[in-house]
Amino acid sequence: MDLIFEGIKKAFWLLVSFDPEVLGITLLSIKVSGSATLISLVIGISVGASVALTRFPGRRFVVSLINTGMALPPVVVGLFVTISLWRNGPLGFMGILYTPLAMIVAQTVIATPIVTGITLAAVQQLPAKLRLQILALGATRLQMLWILIREAKLSLLAAVMAGFGGVISEVGASIMVGGNIKGYSRVLTTATVMETGRGNFDVAIALSIILLLLAYLINLVLTQVQQRERRR
Amino acid sequence: MNTAPSPVFEVRSLQVIRGGSLILNIPSLVVTEGEILVLIGPNGAGKSTLLQTLSAVAKPSRGEIFFRGQKIGADIPLLQYRRKLAMVLQEPLLFDTTVYNNVASGLKIRGMKRNEIEPIVAKALERFGIAHLKDRSARTLSGGEARRASIARAFATNPEVLLLDEPFSALDPIMRETLIEDLEKVLRETRITTIFVTHDRMEAIRLATRLGVMNAGEILQTGSPDDVMNHPANEFVASLVGVENLLHGRVIKKNERSFVASVSGQDIEAMGPMQLEDPVILCIRPENVMLSGSVPGNGAGAVNTFPAHVVRVTPMGPYQKVQLNCGFQLVTYITSHALSALSIKQGTEALASFDANTVHVISKGSPASSN
Repeated sequence: MDLIFEGIKKAFWLLVSFDPEVLGITLLSIKVSGSATLISLVIGISVGASVALTRFPGRRFVVSLINTGMALPPVVVGLFVTISLWRNGPLGFMGILYTPLAMIVAQTVIATPIVTGITLAAVQQLPAKLRLQILALGATRLQMLWILIREAKLSLLAAVMAGFGGVISEVGASIMVGGNIKGYSRVLTTATVMETGRGNFDVAIALSIILLLLAYLINLVLTQVQQRERRR
Repeated sequence: MNTAPSPVFEVRSLQVIRGGSLILNIPSLVVTEGEILVLIGPNGAGKSTLLQTLSAVAKPSRGEIFFRGQKIGADIPLLQYRRKLAMVLQEPLLFDTTVYNNVASGLKIRGMKRNEIEPIVAKALERFGIAHLKDRSARTLSGGEARRASIARAFATNPEVLLLDEPFSALDPIMRETLIEDLEKVLRETRITTIFVTHDRMEAIRLATRLGVMNAGEILQTGSPDDVMNHPANEFVASLVGVENLLHGRVIKKNERSFVASVSGQDIEAMGPMQLEDPVILCIRPENVMLSGSVPGNGAGAVNTFPAHVVRVTPMGPYQKVQLNCGFQLVTYITSHALSALSIKQGTEALASFDANTVHVISKGSPASSN
């Protein structure tokens, strides 16, 4: 119990004292996971909406792949991104392994199927004739897509929450492709793993609390937006 | 000088095939300027498919559609064509925003500026009595309000043609009545070319300048509402337009302008140039059957007057449906007051009569006519 109590005390102190290292780790976590979420939103919403609106041979297979991707294990993603970015790998020429950029790539790979899957389900749930109605109003295909995405915005906010929640809390891929380099590629989850390994439970607890608070605050904001939309 | 209205739509050999089945087959259809063509038919008749194909939101499998002489998709690009029409579907399908934004949506899609949109939307909202709802979320509207918003959205784009796909279905009768009244007024005022699809016969008669009957993907008959109601082309059309008395018989006597057909052993006179032994279907609208009390010698034996046994009396709101057995089955509607004045009830005897001029004759085996 003392350990937990000490951890909470330490966390409180690290927070109020704006400890530069913790602040750096927190900001990098937000930067990496925020960027990955944004990229996954662009890709996931486009792909999810397109698959939802088109009929093509093998569509069911594609949908099942997307759904499987929603449960993609981060360590598997970490492994394949590492191999791809390895000096001799297909993307080795980019030289970004063990950088925050590599972490963004890995987290994007994790978040994109989540956003795609939720978008796909959200757009499919819209009334089938809504599409006809939008076209009949004189919309171009692109305008129709945009209106449909707007109509599915409540579900898409859930996609943002799920995508961000998935990547801010993952550790396997980030540690594998980022290397957990102090002051460079260390994020909240990788730092927590490292401090726990070292037996610095108080710091680990402090970082965990910051991580939880961060996840909670971001989801709180998104939930507020979502619920305000629902009430309108 | 009297000029004929110009054609707005011209459909040639239009076919829609889905899953290997022919679900729409329209060899020819012309819709002229200012016309209100109302299409009625059972579920699956192809009415909605025809509207969706005409509005170019669904592709035909074969055939051509011309809009003011221009072939759509060739002479006139699809998007440009679609922006000349407005379609209202069965469900209001409003967007998750305010009523104002919904009514303005078609104009925003066309890239109009905010200051241009405002007066147009205000007029559309006013016209359909929903100006007070403009800031309300579309989600909070009642069924009737949502339909009004949906129709206002269509009118706001000032379409050249309006396509309405059962816009009043699933509304309560009072709401439906006021909405039809308002739409009727606007359609007469604007004289906008309209194709309206409905299940409701009374709604169809009320709005149509031309009535069409569809079944199994085909238009079986088109004509003035009076013509289709009183001169159905075939048995299906007759039953759909409310001809409840369809009597199958054979011509047994030929006069100069009329003939007598035998129906279940009874002689019925009707007008028309039929030949002896011709099989015929005699169509008698129930409102053309008169009922009187059965008094010996009060007309039984006269032309088209038959002693009738009252089989069943069914209340139908302000009217009573009376099913009679005259040797053949006959249905008529009379008011409750008349029913009690004539002392008619189930099991009593009465006299049923109808004028030979009100009997419409369908030659059995004749092809469906289409105007």
